Amino acid sequence: MRELTYAQAIQEALAQAMDADPAVFLMGEDIGVYGGAFQVTGDLVHRYGEDRVMDAPISELGQAGVAVGAALAGCKPVLEFQFSDFATLAMEQIVNQAAKLRFMLGGKVNVPLVMRFPAGSGTGAAAQHSQSLDAWLAHVPGLKVVQPSTPADVKGMLLAAIDDPDPVMVFEHKLLYKMKGEVPEEPYRIPIGKAHVARPGRDVTVVATSIMVHKSLEAAETLAAEGIDVEVIDLRTLRPIDTATIIESVKKTSRLACVYEGVKTLGIGAEISARIAESEAFDYLDAPILRLGGAESPIPYNPELEKAAVPQVPGITEGLRNLVRGRM
Amino acid sequence: MNAVGQIKPNARPFYQRYSADQLKEALRRMYLIRRFEEGAEEAYMRGLIHGTMHLSIGQEGSAVGSTMALRTSDYITSTHRGHGHCIGKGADPKLMFAEFFGKEEGYCRGRGGSMHIADVATGNLGANGIVGGGLPIAVGAALAIKKQKRDDVAMCFFGDGASNEGAFHEALNMAAIWKLPVVFVCENNKYGMSVSTDRSMAVANIADRAAAYGMPGVIADGNSIADVEEAIAEAIARARRGDGPSLVECKTYRTRGHSRSDRNRYRTKEEIEEWKARDPIPHFESELMAHGIATEAEVNAIRESAEAEIAAGIEFARLGTDPDPSEVTRDVYSPEAA
Repeated sequence: MRELTYAQAIQEALAQAMDADPAVFLMGEDIGVYGGAFQVTGDLVHRYGEDRVMDAPISELGQAGVAVGAALAGCKPVLEFQFSDFATLAMEQIVNQAAKLRFMLGGKVNVPLVMRFPAGSGTGAAAQHSQSLDAWLAHVPGLKVVQPSTPADVKGMLLAAIDDPDPVMVFEHKLLYKMKGEVPEEPYRIPIGKAHVARPGRDVTVVATSIMVHKSLEAAETLAAEGIDVEVIDLRTLRPIDTATIIESVKKTSRLACVYEGVKTLGIGAEISARIAESEAFDYLDAPILRLGGAESPIPYNPELEKAAVPQVPGITEGLRNLVRGRM
Repeated sequence: MNAVGQIKPNARPFYQRYSADQLKEALRRMYLIRRFEEGAEEAYMRGLIHGTMHLSIGQEGSAVGSTMALRTSDYITSTHRGHGHCIGKGADPKLMFAEFFGKEEGYCRGRGGSMHIADVATGNLGANGIVGGGLPIAVGAALAIKKQKRDDVAMCFFGDGASNEGAFHEALNMAAIWKLPVVFVCENNKYGMSVSTDRSMAVANIADRAAAYGMPGVIADGNSIADVEEAIAEAIARARRGDGPSLVECKTYRTRGHSRSDRNRYRTKEEIEEWKARDPIPHFESELMAHGIATEAEVNAIRESAEAEIAAGIEFARLGTDPDPSEVTRDVYSPEAA
């Protein structure tokens, strides 16, 4: 099968969605002739025109509201935030409007919009361009939040998000944009709300999100040589969470670790841990639950500090080894 | 043009453009808004409904004058003080009361309440509890209209307070650069809760701000339905022609407080009385009679029919169905979705 980068897979999904449905249009900052800050939209403006690949003024709140209004009136907007951090400027429209309008109006409207958020650290962009705010939005009923980790997943999940009648927030780790992988050419959908067992194993369950899936898989390879068999679950969707897949895995492995880049405290790991503690899988646990998340700090500029602020492969490897060997 | 045929040739265009029946219907809607809100207030006092409400008593000329030229396929976005816009756009007061009473029969099935009452079927995209929340939403609806090559408009209601929100700037700028069919209607009732426009703005008029976006900024007497409608008609025509958005500022006044908690400490009795003397409803009645469009007997009959409709609406709402608590999460997501 041919390979695409993660960014190319997104672009292909956007193009196929626009081909299939004239109601779909893209909006964002510098997504036209510039091609997007991360070259995700690339040359789409030349193929689809400025009416469907719309450069917007630097008005994140306004753009988010325009997406809500256009969605209410029959369009399917796909809004690109230049950096996920800028969601903070648009929280009013995302949280109070997009998420709640259907409910507040008694189920009489739909808000079929997609917002794409380039997220995460590792680019030297420091504290205001490197955050992982996925758990913030996952706290809001009415939103759906996905975090695809591979080129194939991002294409399928983005197409599913565009089809979805409700607002879907897509978090894309910036370091994944250049990652290559096999991607089917035809349009296809990967359902929202379904986790994926990226690596089956017997000894410990790792629930990871986004780039942490790949770091956890790397740690799993190292540990395999030591006789530790790690199961890695790619959560893929933060809301709604696929609890059943995690419970089944923990019942098999009897150990749980959550690995995520967002700040550890009150992050997605807390929610997954609580769901296991509340479930029948709790009785199967042979060890405390381990959470490996972002440091309790903003993302620093210095490259070594920046690495230290989020889980890295050696730390994940060490943490899982200790968990399985009973040295927590 | 006028069914009565007695219109004075010097009457302003508003009275020439509409038939007698249309003008009488406008008066009826103004009564409906007034009596709806008085009825809601009474029901609250009697403990029949809970929560809070923001009454627009005194602003009915602006609500009806703005909406009477709209089509059902045009959109509005409304505000926390939105009962008038909702009735103006064609909603049924009985279903609005059902919403106020938190019943399944209500427009939002009891999930929205006073601050979110909206009849989506008549193009109302929602009353909004967030000051300025509807501004960019109206721009988005207008963008959809343009993309779909319709000649409808999106009318965006907001208050003087909202014009100090960042959303105001972002929304007007985007509507202007893309020449979208939006009619921005600012109902300037002089106070953002307790803070007067004198204390919250450095310019005299909200309409002055239109210049920053290269769009017309027009001031209307918000207590004169005729003055409002004429200013709005021009803005609607401009939007339908594809010439872009306008800002119309309706200078008006809410004679009630901001909400139930208001003790009117920030304004004088004299000021309130002065504005009550400029009540838009008696003003419109006397104009209709002076122009020979309606007799006093007709005006009284319209008022009584509105009162009867409101009384029946409250009864309907009282007998409505309470939502089932087991359905608290219904409509958070679409059923067809996962």
